[in-house]
Amino acid sequence: MDIINLDALAIAESIREGEISAVDATTAFLERIREVEAIVNAYINVSYEEAARRAEMIDAMLAEGRDPGPLAGVPIAVKDLLSTRGFTTTCGSRMLENFVPVYDATVVGRVGEAGMVMLGKANMDEFAMGSSTETSYFGPTRNPWNPDTVPGGSSGGSAAAVSAGEAPWALGSDTGGSIRQPAAMCGIVGMKPTYGLVSRYGLVAFASSLDQVGPMARNVGDCAALLGVIAGHDPMDSTSIPAEKVDYQGRLDGEVRGLKVGVVKEISSRGIDEGVLERFRAAVSKLEGLGMEVGEISLPSFEYALSAYYVIAPAEASSNLARFDGVRYGFRASAEGEDIWEMYDRTRSIGFGSEVKRRIILGTYVLSAGYYDAYYGQARKVRTLIVKEFERAFRTYDVLVSPTTPSVAFRLGEKVDDPLTMYLSDMCTIPVNLAGIPAISLPCGLSEGMPVGFQLMGPALGEATVLNVAYALESELGFDQRPPIGRS
Amino acid sequence: MEFETVIGLEIHVELSTDSKMFCSCSAGFGGEPNTKTCPVCLGHPGSLPVPNRRAVNDTILLALALNCDITGCSIFHRKNYFYPDMPKNFQISQYDIPISSGGTLEIDMGEYTRTVGITRVHLEEDTGKSVHVGESGRIHGAEYSLEDFNRAGIPLAEIVSEPDLRTPDEARKFMQLLHSTIRYLEISDCKMEEGSLRCDANISVAVDGSMGTKVEIKNMNSFRAMHRALTYEEQRQRRTIRDGGEVVQETRHWDDARGTTSPLRSKEEAFDYRYFPEPDLVPLEPDEAWVRELREGLPELPGDRVRRFVSEYGLSREIAETLTGERALADYFEDAAGKGQDPVAVAKWIAGDLGALLNDAAVTIQSCPVGTGGLSELVELIDGGVISGKMAKDVLKEAFETGNSPRLIVEEKGLTQIADESELDTLVDEVIEENPGAADDMRDGKEQALKFLMGQVMKKTRGKANPKAASDIIRKRLT
Ligand SMILES: [Zn+2]
Repeated sequence: MDIINLDALAIAESIREGEISAVDATTAFLERIREVEAIVNAYINVSYEEAARRAEMIDAMLAEGRDPGPLAGVPIAVKDLLSTRGFTTTCGSRMLENFVPVYDATVVGRVGEAGMVMLGKANMDEFAMGSSTETSYFGPTRNPWNPDTVPGGSSGGSAAAVSAGEAPWALGSDTGGSIRQPAAMCGIVGMKPTYGLVSRYGLVAFASSLDQVGPMARNVGDCAALLGVIAGHDPMDSTSIPAEKVDYQGRLDGEVRGLKVGVVKEISSRGIDEGVLERFRAAVSKLEGLGMEVGEISLPSFEYALSAYYVIAPAEASSNLARFDGVRYGFRASAEGEDIWEMYDRTRSIGFGSEVKRRIILGTYVLSAGYYDAYYGQARKVRTLIVKEFERAFRTYDVLVSPTTPSVAFRLGEKVDDPLTMYLSDMCTIPVNLAGIPAISLPCGLSEGMPVGFQLMGPALGEATVLNVAYALESELGFDQRPPIGRS
Repeated sequence: MEFETVIGLEIHVELSTDSKMFCSCSAGFGGEPNTKTCPVCLGHPGSLPVPNRRAVNDTILLALALNCDITGCSIFHRKNYFYPDMPKNFQISQYDIPISSGGTLEIDMGEYTRTVGITRVHLEEDTGKSVHVGESGRIHGAEYSLEDFNRAGIPLAEIVSEPDLRTPDEARKFMQLLHSTIRYLEISDCKMEEGSLRCDANISVAVDGSMGTKVEIKNMNSFRAMHRALTYEEQRQRRTIRDGGEVVQETRHWDDARGTTSPLRSKEEAFDYRYFPEPDLVPLEPDEAWVRELREGLPELPGDRVRRFVSEYGLSREIAETLTGERALADYFEDAAGKGQDPVAVAKWIAGDLGALLNDAAVTIQSCPVGTGGLSELVELIDGGVISGKMAKDVLKEAFETGNSPRLIVEEKGLTQIADESELDTLVDEVIEENPGAADDMRDGKEQALKFLMGQVMKKTRGKANPKAASDIIRKRLT
């Protein structure tokens, strides 16, 4: 059986039915990792031994008739900013190169309780700051569709791992598009849930009011199933919504007739590559073919979303990352004959990469006395406007759509020295984080041989509808999502 | 030049909750360094704060006791600055929308009262504790520093007063009343020496009605230190102005051993805390029923109790203030006074001799060996003329040491005062006979002779004669 080409739910079923063991599944993926990692570099640390041990334990439990969880033995990749007890969590940074957490993130605990096996920690832009996974201290991840291009970011390792068959699915995090943009560029499905639906406890914060953990998978069904595992109230996260559990996967029926779709004018025309637009428009007509009503909607505040985001996110980051100071854990620059202020300076100068430092400086500036109102205060007002515009739009439309990214994956090194151009690659995804609503990206075809992402957005806690529309569109598009890597 | 001192206080109170402000670690005092810690209060990557309901409860209680308005929807902010005892390098505090604001506390200075405005009472988390090893003892120039995070994350209520205080005396009175108010609410140990009550002051001197320059004073670790520091600073600023100088806006450090303040940092060096709303927490919205319940459950507070003790029991303000300083002491008094004896006498004995005994033995009123019944009995024995006031002091001391009732002590020791007239008649006759000279003087109207004769009576009875009865008999005989 070609295990690495099975989707996650099929693996779960095969293990349940006794067709394959948990060890078989884990071994297959670990072998695939050995085979392609030299090119892809999707993982920062692979948990070869731990994963093998855990798979054996699950097989033993199954043999004894005990229940290791509904998704027993299914391997998973975890973005390296989710805290894993006893296993290095680097956030893609030199600052945490050897940092071993003492506790598990809530979502890590939940995938464990479901019986999954963690294969390793996926590469990412340093502290999730980037759109190409090039700012990782551990080297860039390459796009399995074309190793000369980036996988997107910041969850580029998670996306590439799923795309290259190095994991059936993965956990990512999305602050301004960090799940959807790499999912789009690697030709997989990725979802950013409603803010507060998934616990952030143990997610190393970049911008607390925007961060959200989400599923990344090969298809919508897996994506829905993984969301079902990680979603749900967590008393350890004050911003977690006390909502009832939903069986997202069980509610996928593809019945979308009569639903209203709004094409967001501001992020579906200007600044989007023609090839991307073509695939996007083709997908929109498929939605029409499914019996949905398609209209166009203008959300004028979107023009300011990117600016607002690049004030709010760095502001929060400047504070969130203050704890990395060399005092209690992580990297510390040698402190011979210095005072503590020098130790701080040297530790943070050496421990952080340039993109992280850029954002810390930016965030510190916008919160400074005398500038707060002009920057942070204004940005919060823009954010409120965006929230209101979305609310108004969802009074008319069930879902809104746009391309996920303005272009397909770009070449390594192409934008890394030009932060402002790099920032533009998140222009379609950022408004969703500012509004706290759910959105999914699914592949809608190829342009220049590279995958194009289609973004579906829904109202707060509208995950079930968003997923169902994505599910219907996915069947209609019939996209074959396998990249050429490692195949002869 | 006419000077007027203007003082505002900023007080931090460590709340004695079971657990810390944002995690479930123990908030108890002491313990081996860094044993009361977890990922949250150590600021480990990915950890998140969850507010302690009890801390919110206690802060609201304090705010209500200070007549503040409770904010329907208040917000936590981050206060950003780097310091090694702060695990996240920001403190979760409150900024422009605190949990409460707009209160008052009235202090009674004897000749006048003053209503001091309470700007706000808000909630925040404490930092850890640093020990800087090196010659300076401060972080600058330290060889190395040791950090203990057991205190990091303990809930702190911060009380900010309006600049309504005008003298160091008023400031001390304010702190004393605030201290007893907090103790009444049973929300904090309130020990300045242990740091569970801390006070910083802003002080300026206005000249001929125009505002002065504000100086912040830190490191005042007792009421006495605060009074001394403010007195010193008041004089320093007046002198500076009188000498034609200018008071600099700065933060100054009180050195208790030297009795002086010295500059800590200037306005230019002041931190920019970059406050912004804490995104990891949702707004604090205490429901009305909760606040109402707390308001209705407030105990009678020390200020009110002083006023009632004066009007209801006829006590002096000073003695009423002493008795109401601690809730348990005031309760003790009321219980003792309720047993039928003269409340003024009861109060005098509690505030005087009993207070001294408790103090010397370092015993709290709750575990006082002399019960309220015993104290009332003591006063009854004096009033009934059974023992003299002087004897009562010894009886109380013995009761305190043995736990026996005063009546039992008096009986066992045969201390009963001789008040029986016939017995005293005989005694006085003997004394007159033995001291004819003095008796003659007394007959001649020399009052000093009475003292001498009384002394002789007391000597004969080893102090057991009722002085009033004895002197009455002497007068009857010799005038
Ligand atoms: Zn803790």
